[in-house]
This record gives sequence, structure tokens and C-alpha cells, in this order.
Amino acid sequence: MAGTAVRGRLTWQTATVDSVVDETPTVRTLVLGLPDWAGHQAGQHLDIRLTGDDGYQAERSYSIAAAPGEPVAITVERLDDGEVSPYLTQDVQRGDEFEVRGPIGGYFVWDPARPDGTVPLLLLAGGSGVVPLRSILRDRARVGSSVPTRLLYSARNWDEVIYRSEFASPEAGVEVIYTLTRQQPADWTGYARRVDQAMITEVAWPVAQAPVAYVCGPTNFVEAVAADLVALGYPPQRVKTERFGATGTP
Amino acid sequence: MKPLEDGVLDGNAIGGRLIELFGTEMTAAVGACGVCGNASHVAEMAVYLTELGTVVRCRVCDNVLMVFVEVRGITCVDLQGLASLS
Amino acid sequence: MSPVSRGFHRRHQEAEPAGRVPPGQYVTRDFPVLSAGPTPHTALANWTFSIEGGSSPASWTWQEFQALPSETVTVDIHCVTRWSKLDTRWKGVSLDVLLDAVSYDAPYVLAFCDGGYTTNLPVADLKGGQAWVAYSYDGKPLPAEHGGPARLLVPHLYFWKSAKWVRGLRLRQVDAPGFWEMYGYHMYGDPWREQRYAGD
Repeated sequence: MAGTAVRGRLTWQTATVDSVVDETPTVRTLVLGLPDWAGHQAGQHLDIRLTGDDGYQAERSYSIAAAPGEPVAITVERLDDGEVSPYLTQDVQRGDEFEVRGPIGGYFVWDPARPDGTVPLLLLAGGSGVVPLRSILRDRARVGSSVPTRLLYSARNWDEVIYRSEFASPEAGVEVIYTLTRQQPADWTGYARRVDQAMITEVAWPVAQAPVAYVCGPTNFVEAVAADLVALGYPPQRVKTERFGATGTP
Repeated sequence: MKPLEDGVLDGNAIGGRLIELFGTEMTAAVGACGVCGNASHVAEMAVYLTELGTVVRCRVCDNVLMVFVEVRGITCVDLQGLASLS
Repeated sequence: MSPVSRGFHRRHQEAEPAGRVPPGQYVTRDFPVLSAGPTPHTALANWTFSIEGGSSPASWTWQEFQALPSETVTVDIHCVTRWSKLDTRWKGVSLDVLLDAVSYDAPYVLAFCDGGYTTNLPVADLKGGQAWVAYSYDGKPLPAEHGGPARLLVPHLYFWKSAKWVRGLRLRQVDAPGFWEMYGYHMYGDPWREQRYAGD
């Protein structure tokens, strides 16, 4: 009976924290045990619900950091004045439980089996907006796709880059390009400013190749980057956007 | 279309609530504004999460398309600002 | 039954000074800004405050408004979402001054604002030193994200009644619900009786 899902309906499931990975001083990945998980697509998110022992509940949404078929994982950035993120990034231990419902999202999704999954892929991440894009990259690897792929990842400084070691050895056909907007290591030769029209022009796949773009991050970042892509000639319907709250602004 | 202010989200943020309401995934659904007719994916609508409730607005004319309010644990929703949703 | 998430609790709440804080509230030093729509940016040259529905319409330009007698007040404010902020300092024009400029015979108003927000109030709750149109907060011009150039300030009711970006009042015979009231919030909103939702 438990976990019987009516098609299209969401139910809250109990998730158990299986392991945690501290990605940066303020960002942690939680790998979850979800025995009744029905599967997900790259780019989707889930909702979590925490319950205190006085019955107080808080709900939040997090992008799924794992590819389809991998253990479900979320990557959480700590907001100093947050109510949930300090708990998830500092207090949570293996074995702790909370509720999850998902997967959610039918728009910000990359599906290798559909036409949009076979064209050049441009991923643009602002800060923690890299999380769903990492799921897309892992799914691309999982299915052995060879679509030309570029990730432009904007972060404030090198210490705040999430999934660093993974991106250090990308799959064939994947390029990861960083821009560090506030501080750069002494020997840095990469971009060192906020994403702008000139940078987009250098990094984006030519419009003639009919690429698709996924932009994720704080609203300011998404608004500017999406506008730049459209100004470059990307049809608006080929630019998919997901806006996070005003945190971790690159 | 003027840019959204920092902190304003999009329809992806109400994905779970819409599945609860409609019984199916809705962020890719297309909604038309009842005032200006602009059609967009729900995921591309402007979502204002306030402490009193969630207000979804047309990107072009700012018309209120949807409002979600939780009253004593029950979510009430108003969709009158939409001309259509499919 | 939801499983308890070990060690999770609501954010730290400051102690309430006895008697000053209505039931169900906690005291905060923050001043959250979460708006229901884009921030209006009306140029002062185009700004007016009007009272409609009296025997003749009354309207003040920004310059005229600034020339009206003003007061600086320190009040506690209470949000329906349970936070209270004590000793907030505002400067503005009392609604007593504004309503005295109009001849009218109506028990209710609908406050209207740039951006389309509305809220309803009894006239009686705007008089007697209970309400202001405030244009300065904490000694500085009211910032746009907090409702500037001017907002309604009615501290004895829940703070959603203190409408941001207020542009005027429409005097009415009936008490018709404004924006949040239409979606289930209380028509009056007395924090001391915890009138958060319709029916409370």
C-alpha cells in the first residue's frame, strides 16, 4: 500500500539521509534513500517538508542533483538567515528523515530521447543554479550522448564552485567554462566578470546549429542571460529558464 | 518585457502546488492572460511569493493570473486572471 | 503522520515584552520585504494623493503634501504572518488632517495604490490619531521596496492594511473587500483579537 502512486498525483514520501557530501564551506549534497521513488528526468526538482517535534512544518523546493537512475540527491546552499538551509547543511546526519514529494517539472527538463535532446546544448549557471544543470550533464554521460555541450558557470570565487572535481574531467564533447566574478586565483586566466553580451557571444553555440539553452540561477542572472541569448538570435522558445531566490548572487 | 526584480521567481516554483491542484504536471502548460492575451508557459510566468500568499502575474502586463492563499491549512486558489490554461 | 525531522525547529524567536505583543506573534528586528507585484516607481512630479467620494474630490501634489502638517511617530507593527516589529519610527501626515479637508458622509474607505493593490478600512479606524500617510521611515525617505514614496500606516491593525504605494482613498457606504480580503483575509484585521482570516 505504501508508495502506491496514482498516476500524475504526488504524495509525500519519507526520505532518509543516506550520506552527505560537503561540496564547499556553505554547500552540501544530501543523498537520499527513497524506496518508493518513481524516477525523474534531468532538470526536475522535488519539494521537501521538515517537521519539528512541536508539529511546525516548513517546505522548500530543491533541484535534483542526480541523473535519472542514480540515488536521488539534492545540493543545498546555506543561507545565513534561512530556516531550512542551515538545518540541512549543518545539522542533518545520516539516518535523519524528512518528507519529499516529486519529481516536479515538465518544462525545465532535458530529455535525450526527444528532439531537443539531440541538438547542441548550452547550459548557463549562476551560483547554485548549477545544480539542475549538473543533473543534465550526468544524464548526458549516462546515456552516452555526444551532443556538443558547453556549461558556462558563473560563481563569485573558486571556493564557491560546486562539483569542482567532477567538472575538472568532463566527458568527451563537454566544455566547462568558468567566470569568477569577485575574486580569482593568482594564476587565473579565465573570465573574471559577470556574464555579459560579449561573453555569451563567445561561448554560445551558433544559432544556425539550432541549439537549446538552459539558464538557471538567481533572477537577476537569468533575466540578463536570457535577454542576451535572445539578442544573439536564440528563439525565446529555445531558451529555458529557472529562477532561484535572491541568494548566492554571482 | 521588463526584467523581473531580484527575488521574483517563475512558475517552476509553484510546480508542486499545481500538481496538487490539477492532478498533473502543469509547468509546461500554456496560459493566456485575460487582459492582454499574452500566452506563455506557466514556468515562464512571474511568481511573487509573499508571506500572505503567492501571486502569479503576466510578464507583459502584470495582470494577476493566479493567487494562492493558505487559510487555516487549506490552500485556496483563484485563476480568474487567466483566459485559458491548457 | 509526518515523521519528525530530528533537531529541526522554527527559527529562533526573540522573547516578547509582556503586554506589547498581540497573541501568536514573535518579535523580530528584520523588516521583510516581499511584494505581491513589481515595485512601482512613480516620479514625485506625477504623484498625487486623493480622497474620492466626498462632496467634492480632494487631491494633493507631492509639494502640497509635504507642506501639510506632519508628525513623527514611533509605533509597533504586527504582520499577520506572526512577526511584530517594535518601536518603528515614521514621519507622515495624519489621516485626521487629510479627512478634515473633505466633507463626506461615508463609513468606509478603499485605499488604492500604484500597482493596483487595495485594502478596505472603516473611516473610524483612520481618525483619532490612529493612521498616517507616511513618507519617511527611520529618519530617511521611505524606500520604494517598503512602499515609498508614501504608504498608509495603520499600526493598530495587521500590517497588510498599511498599504504600500498608496495613492488615495475612495469613500464608500459599504465595506467591500480589498486585494487580500478577497482571498480570505479578515475584513477588519485586529491583531489583539487575532483576526487573521475571514471568520476569525
